[in-house]
Amino acid sequence: MKLAAEGVEHHPLVPIWQELVIGSIAFALLCFVLLKFVMPRMETMYQARVDAIEGGLKRAEAAQAEANQLLEQYRAQLAEVRTEAAQIRDDARADAESIRTEILAKAREESDRIITAGRESLAVERQTIVRELRAEVGGLAVDLASRIVGESLADEARRKGTVERFLTDLESAGAR
Amino acid sequence: MSGQLVAAEGLPWPPRVGDFYPPDLAGPWVTKFTLMVWLAVGILIIFFMVAYRNPKLVPSKGQWVAESIYGLVRDNIAREQMGKDGIKFAPYFTVLFCFIALTNLFGITPGLQISPNSHIAFPIVLALVSFVLYIYAGVRKHGLGQYLKQSLILPGVPWPMHILLIPIEFLQTFIVRPFTLAVRLFANMFAGHLILLVFTVGGFVMLASDSLFIQVSSVAAFLMAILMAFFEVLVSLLQAYVFVILSANYIGSSLADEH
Repeated sequence: MKLAAEGVEHHPLVPIWQELVIGSIAFALLCFVLLKFVMPRMETMYQARVDAIEGGLKRAEAAQAEANQLLEQYRAQLAEVRTEAAQIRDDARADAESIRTEILAKAREESDRIITAGRESLAVERQTIVRELRAEVGGLAVDLASRIVGESLADEARRKGTVERFLTDLESAGAR
Repeated sequence: MSGQLVAAEGLPWPPRVGDFYPPDLAGPWVTKFTLMVWLAVGILIIFFMVAYRNPKLVPSKGQWVAESIYGLVRDNIAREQMGKDGIKFAPYFTVLFCFIALTNLFGITPGLQISPNSHIAFPIVLALVSFVLYIYAGVRKHGLGQYLKQSLILPGVPWPMHILLIPIEFLQTFIVRPFTLAVRLFANMFAGHLILLVFTVGGFVMLASDSLFIQVSSVAAFLMAILMAFFEVLVSLLQAYVFVILSANYIGSSLADEH
């Protein structure tokens, strides 16, 4: 009963109005300072951290996927290049073969041409020589004949036949 | 036995309501309770300002503690109770949670030994803020008429029932909610302090008795006092958590599209 003696005992469910005022001001101050200066940065930091962790994971995944894709791409490209190289090699081989045959054919043709030209010129030469010889032989024959005639005109008839025969022989030999 | 206990002169025995109202230090504005509230406000402002003066992605210890509290309130209370909308309320809930938890813990802090929340004025202030907040949130989202309709009229009920239901719903939403919010916190802190008084003062009273048996038995009272002090830590944090979770729930139900 000591306290009761000091004053009326306060009912615990009745608020002291000064405390209501102080509590409101103090709590308002607390809210104002923390909500203005601390909490926004807290949320930002929270988001930044979540972003850093999840974003980092996501970025790593993306990088991995990209790397895989690049690897696939390079592999495909390599295979493509290989088949292309093989094709080029085959083409080159085929080309070389065709060039070779072409050159051979040309050479053969050329040699044939040269041979026929040679033959022709030989024939012409022979013809010319025969013609010259014939003229020369005729001259020689006449020369010979006049010399024979000069020595013996008695056997003229006989010798006439001889010259004829000789020329004919010559002609047939030239034709041959 | 009661005769022996009364013999303990100078000890305030048995504990009474008067124990909660120590004499003013300097008028009704400067009392132990108002000073404790200012102390709590100062501690929280300094702690958060220091912990967050230079926040980094990889936090320092203080920053980590501050962020853990924030993360707990943000994810386990605000988002749990209110979904995505709750996140913008998380800063206020964090401040509320810290303030209640700290002022509750004053109840077992040596030198202070009593929680400001055992004076109903402070829980009333906090409950009123939540009250205003959930009505404001509801009115802002739905408009006054729609909000009242949503909170008072249950859908799918035959109309004569509304004669009964509307007053009940009104009582529930606009009177019982803030009242219970304030009284729950106040009563827990009041009772907690009373229990600690019973065991500690009671222990000293027993120690001062003439009987050796009662003197030895006081050990049990002191052990209980220690046990109850730990229990009070749990109650302090739990009541802060409950207060915030209910506030979040009320605001969430104001924002919800259906009853």
